[in-house]
This record gives sequence, C-alpha cells and structure tokens, in this order.
Amino acid sequence: MTTNSPYEHHEYDVLIIGAGGAGLRAAIEAKQRGLKVGIVTKSLLGKAHTVMAEGGMAAAMGNVYSEDNWMVHFRDTMRGGKYLNNYRMAELHAKEAPDRVRELEQWGALFDRTKDGKILQRDFGGHRYARLAHVGDRTGLELIRTLQQKVVSMGTDVFMECKVLQLVHDSSGRVAGCVAYWRANGEFVTFSAKAVIMATGGVGKSWKFTSNSWEGTGDGHAMALWAGAKLIDMECVQFHPTGMVWPLSVRGLLVTEGVRGDGGVLRNSEGKRFMFDYVADMFRAETADSEAEADRWYDDHTAGRRPPELLPRDEVARAINAEVKAGRGSPHGGVFLDIATRRSAEVIRRRLPSMYHQFMELAGVDITREAMEIGPTLHYIMGGVQVDAETAGTAVPGLFAAGEVAGGMHGANRLGGNSLSDLIVFGKRAGAGAADYIAGGDVANGFDQGEVESAVREALAPFTRENGENPYDIHRDLQEMMQANVGIIRTASEVEEAITKLEEFTERVQNISVKGGRAYNPGWNLATDLPSMLTVSKTTARGANLRKESRGGHTREDFPGTDVNLAKVNFSHSITGGWAGEITTVESPVLEIPAELKSLLEEAK
Amino acid sequence: MTDVTMKVWRGDASGGAFENYSVTQQEGEVVLDVIHRIQATEAPDLACRWNCKAGKCGSCAVEVNGKPRLMCMTRMDTLPEGPVTLTPMKTFPIIRDLVTDVSFNYAMAEKVPALLPPPMPEGGYVMFQEDVERSQEFRKCIECFMCQDVCHVIRDHEDNKQHYAGPRFFIRTAELEMHPLDTNDRREFVREEMGLGYCNITKCCTEVCPEHIKITDNAIIPLKERVVDAHYDPVAWLGRKIRRKTKMSSTEAAVQPAP
Repeated sequence: MTTNSPYEHHEYDVLIIGAGGAGLRAAIEAKQRGLKVGIVTKSLLGKAHTVMAEGGMAAAMGNVYSEDNWMVHFRDTMRGGKYLNNYRMAELHAKEAPDRVRELEQWGALFDRTKDGKILQRDFGGHRYARLAHVGDRTGLELIRTLQQKVVSMGTDVFMECKVLQLVHDSSGRVAGCVAYWRANGEFVTFSAKAVIMATGGVGKSWKFTSNSWEGTGDGHAMALWAGAKLIDMECVQFHPTGMVWPLSVRGLLVTEGVRGDGGVLRNSEGKRFMFDYVADMFRAETADSEAEADRWYDDHTAGRRPPELLPRDEVARAINAEVKAGRGSPHGGVFLDIATRRSAEVIRRRLPSMYHQFMELAGVDITREAMEIGPTLHYIMGGVQVDAETAGTAVPGLFAAGEVAGGMHGANRLGGNSLSDLIVFGKRAGAGAADYIAGGDVANGFDQGEVESAVREALAPFTRENGENPYDIHRDLQEMMQANVGIIRTASEVEEAITKLEEFTERVQNISVKGGRAYNPGWNLATDLPSMLTVSKTTARGANLRKESRGGHTREDFPGTDVNLAKVNFSHSITGGWAGEITTVESPVLEIPAELKSLLEEAK
Repeated sequence: MTDVTMKVWRGDASGGAFENYSVTQQEGEVVLDVIHRIQATEAPDLACRWNCKAGKCGSCAVEVNGKPRLMCMTRMDTLPEGPVTLTPMKTFPIIRDLVTDVSFNYAMAEKVPALLPPPMPEGGYVMFQEDVERSQEFRKCIECFMCQDVCHVIRDHEDNKQHYAGPRFFIRTAELEMHPLDTNDRREFVREEMGLGYCNITKCCTEVCPEHIKITDNAIIPLKERVVDAHYDPVAWLGRKIRRKTKMSSTEAAVQPAP
C-alpha cells in the first residue's frame, strides 16, 4: 500500500498494539502463519502489566484433581461472571486453556511440578478444583518472559516506548493502521497494516486506588471505540479485595489470593474471622460453616467444605467494605489479612516467597509475624471491546481485540487465574483471526492521512496553549472523583454526578498546557492519555447508572439484588464525533446459551 | 516530617546538570513516590521510566547516591540523612534526565540461541521440581539491568560492549544450559561471542540483584567451568563433535515446528 505520510512509516500484515501476554501470544500465532508482524508498545518489551499477575493461570488439566475438566471450568467461569459472559468465549477458554499452558513449556516456561513431574496446580477463589498452573507467586513474569523470548527468537519487529494515539481507516471504514509517537524524541510515526490487534490491557489509572501500572489508561478501549467498535459491560470493574492500604510505599499492591488459598484468613479490628457472616445463599451448600470445618479443608478437600475466605472476589470485597463501614476496620481503612498465626514462618516463606520478600523489603512488614492491612483496590475491568468469540474480531473490519481490552469472557466478574489463560487463549485466536481475515483478501486499500493529521494536531495542541491546566491536576481530580463516585459500591446520585462531572473534565482536558519539549516528556504523555481515560470513565459511569442491580463487580447500594431482566443484557456503547463526542448506549442481548451447555450450569445450581 | 533535598540530574546526550528539589518527606514513601510528586508539581517534564511500582517489572532502575537501585523499592527512610542524589544508569547512553537507552540489552537478547526442546509427548513434558529449580532461579530475573549497569567490564569500558554480554545474559545462558528440556549447546557461544572470560568474578552483579539471584555463584562460575571443560578437554571436545548436533542458531531453533 502506498501512503504519502510525511512521518516515519512502516508497513505490516498484522500490527499488534500492546506487548503483554495477549499481544505477544497473538504475534506468535500471526508469525507462525507466515505473516509480517509488528508489535508497538508504549513501554519496554517485557514490562507489561502481565508481570504483576501472581497466582497462576487457570486450566482444567486435571493434574491435581483428575475430576477436573473443561465443563467444570466453564461452569465456574460462568458462575463467577454471574451469567453475563459471552458463553462461547467461556467455553472456548475452558476447552483450550490446557493446551495453551502446555505449549508454553515448549518455549521455555518452567512451572512448579507435582510429585510425578506434571505441572502443579493450586486452589483459587471460585474454582472448584485446584486448577492454577503457577511458578511460586510470579506466574505473570514467567508468562511474559516465555512469550517475549519466543517472539524475539522468531525475529519479530518490536517498537518500544512508542505510544499509539489513534487508529486510521481506509475510505470504506476498514482499519488500515495507526498513528503513534516515539517517547524518546516525540516524533510521530505511522503504521499501515492489513489487520490491527488491540491488546492494550486495562483502565485502572482513572481510579485513585489501583494495582494497575501507569500503562492502564484504557488507550485500547478508547481507540477501538473512537474507530467504531462497541464497548460492553464497562460498569463491570473488579476491585481486588486484598490490596495493601498501608504503609504508603505499598499502597495498591495486591496480596495474592494464594495467601488465602494457603490458609490466610480475614479478621476485623475485634480479631473476628468475619467471612462466615457473609456467605450468600448460592454458595452456602459448598462453603464451610465453622472454622473447624474450613480448617480441615486445606489438607484434605474431602474432609470439609471450602473456607469462606475463598469465595469469589466480589463476595469477599463486599464483605470487607461492610466491615469497614460498620466501624470494625483497621486503622487505615481496611481489614487484617492474617497468615502469620496460621502457618509457620518456614511454610510462609516457602509458599509465598516474593510476597514475603516484597513486604519485608518495601515496608518493613514481616508477614510471618504480623497481619497485613488490606482493602479493595481496583484491579481489572471485565468490560471491553465487544468481540466475536471465535476470531476476536470487532465491529470494525480489520480490528481485533484480545486480553483485558476485550469484553465478554468474564461477564460481570472474573475469577482469579482466568486472566492469564484468557491472554493466551484469545491472544492466539486473535492472531489466527487476523490471519484468516487477511487470507480472505478484503483488506484496507487506503490510509486516511486526514485522520493522521487531526490526531497529530490534537496531540500537539497542549504545547500551543498558554496558561492552560496542568495535566497532573486533572488526572488527580479525575482519580478522586471516579474513586468516590464510581467505586466499589455505587448509588444513583453519585453516578449521575460523575456523568455530569465527566463533561466538565472534557472541557478541562481541552484546555491543557504542557511544559517542556517533546522528548520523553511525561507531562505531555499524560496529556495524550487523558482523552482515553475520560472516554473509558464515561462508559463506566453510564453503564453503572443503567445497570440498576448488583451483579458481580458492579454493586449498587440502591439496588442490592439482581434483576432477572438485566441478566439478559449487556450495555453496549458507541461514540460519534471523536473523543469529546456523543456516546450512545443501548441494550445488547446476552448470547443465548445452547441447551447442552445450559445443563452444565443447571446441574450446579 | 522532614524536608529533604533531591538532587536530580536533568539533561540529555548533549549535556546536563543537577537540579535541586526540596520536598517534604512523608511516612512510608519510596524514592519513586517523591519523583512523582515533583513531576506533579514543579517539573512535569522530568523524565523517568517506571511501570508497576511494585518491584516486579524492573523499569525504574536509576543510581541513588551513586548505586543502582529500583526507585520503587527504595524507601526514603533507609537513605542516609542529607541530600539524595539521583542519576541515570552510567553504563547506558542517556535519553533524557533519568531515562537511559537500554537497547544494548535487547540486541544481546536476540543473539542468545533459543531453547531447543524435544517434541512434546502426549499429555505434556515430565519434569521434576528438583530439575526445574536451578533454571527457575534465573527466570526470576526482572530485567532491571542493574547488574549490567554495575558490571565494570562495560561500565568503565564502552568498547567492551562489542564483545561482552554482561551478567544478565550469563544467567540467561545458564538458565537455558540448565533447562531440563534443552538440547542446544551454547558453550562456544558464551565463550566467543558473550565474552564470559572478561568477567573476573567480583560479584558486583550479585550484590545489586533485586531478586537476590546468585548470579556469580550459581550461573557465572558453573558456566565458566562448563566452558573450560568444553574448550580445553580434548576428550570432551571429541565426544561433543561425535555425539552432539551442531549448535543451532536462534533463528533455526525458532522455526522448529510447534506441535
């Protein structure tokens, strides 16, 4: 394809935006299909948020409990997602995850082993059987390094510290590439591609308390929406129940659910193990009703029912919130997570080595001796770009999405461990989907230079304004507002106020001034992030307003129950007129589950 | 809480100077918290690299009072009283302020011959915990490149970068050499192209490793022993010629079909 781009220009068959687990897995697939693949990442290779995942990746391999199979995993995933999931994604995920995990070993991954030399699997909240392949508590690092090294060995082009600003179309609306800028020198660069895969991760940086790295600004969500794709389930945001609230140096750091899987319990300021008071009816049959029964379960899963500390994340988060609101919280607004009195120091150090190391070094907290102070922290967004389960294709021809940026797989709430497996299952599918799309031959045949120019103009505008606002001030105010108004527990008046305030933020962002030059300027970079953050926040606030029920990661104080009618819809957002334009939200029916799969869910109820 | 002076190096490849920022230290802060506060107030264009702020990604390595440290893992209250000096890593070229060009490491990573496993049997590979543990230690590496920064072979001698890979790639090679599934042989590679012989075991790399990987004892010394055995023992050399396949390049290894 010829372009008359005045900027540095590159051409690929498949261009992947984002170099986390999903992007790298997609690259491997597209490369194996013989395509020319480029990866653009706004950080260095190997630094993506995937490295933060600790617990493991869920796959029904049955190495520890031979009773496990894809049907149980499917059931657990749908149940965790409160049936809002794209069932087909959940089905494919459960079926394909074991092969995706095993193939990582061909590329160098070294998981912890069972006694007979298979991949060891650990227990996690919401999973009926021990199912998470893991490496101590650094499984995300293992995944990213394995995929990174495979991608490098295949000779793939990686554009590091290169931030994509906007997608570019051809004249008939197919995706044709994107425009980006190099962080090192601030120069613009354009990429044309027959297919683009969005693999940009999450949105956490719009909230005050989050485990997400600076990268989680929702770029991919926003760019896909601006380009014509739909976002669904944006109100479904997961707050990890156990993020550190104190000391400051570790605020926002997550304490892996593995701590609870290995015997850690939650206590309030009175020392009470309070989770027994918060077991919802739907989980009562399989949850222990006494401490003695729960404690038997850790050593032998047939000797007692599961401890309530291992209920799904949203149940645990709500319980913690209720304890804090009732005045039984810890001094800094959380509750206590205690493994110190439950397991020997030696066991803790062996089972949770990096957790132990992290708190010791960073905060001077010895988790073998004292309880941790923890509370709900924004961790993950279930909502995202609406995709076709088989191909990861979006509503825009030539645009694909995989990983956290895609919506549907996790429904209203994601189970721990299902994220890493999501990345490799749908990363591969996106790579294959893009390859099939290209093989179909009907790909972009132009590159709209006008879109490039308007993105460049917008990006440079903050340099030309005098006496505008500091982007850091807007970011801080946005985080405070979203935390207060669209946080873990929501109510009509607060969410409506958020919707109004987000329009004020839009005006403020249009009046940003940036100091300094274009080379590696973090203030400018933040200025280019804010339109994405606002777009994402608006869809989350709108979804939160419309979903007048509590379901999974979305909790309404004024509508505490579930609504059977709302179980049948995803709220779907589209936009016209650029990032500051008009958002339209409609009800989109949840995919009908075929009878044979429905029976798997019925059995479990 | 007390006021502290942060002396931050500002500039680019054409030169620069220290700039002082006076900040009020807050309880439980790390160096990166303070840098973020300076960015949000006085110096929004102050360049630093960071991602996770949790010690897991290895992005925010700089030199704190002359020693390589992760900013996100360095508590302010552990530093000696007086001004805190922040400079970019010395071994790598400057991009801007505290950000360096670490592409040397990515170029080196491309050269390492890849893992070459046998075909996967039905149901997956069988490996035992004691066999995977040796390589698992090296796979804890977060690629902060502080071991590279502190290694005087390249820190003080720019031209050595032509023929010396540095500690990060010695543990990477050791990891592959000790990997239970690997059938590749990198001993000549590590001697000839990675310059293992230049390392004289001062253990500076081990001292700065935030993951506490025993780089020198567990990777470099065993690698040196293997290389010596391979290179100077004529019986081993002959045996290798007869029994082992010729070493594959990383590109050749990569195109091995995945089942």
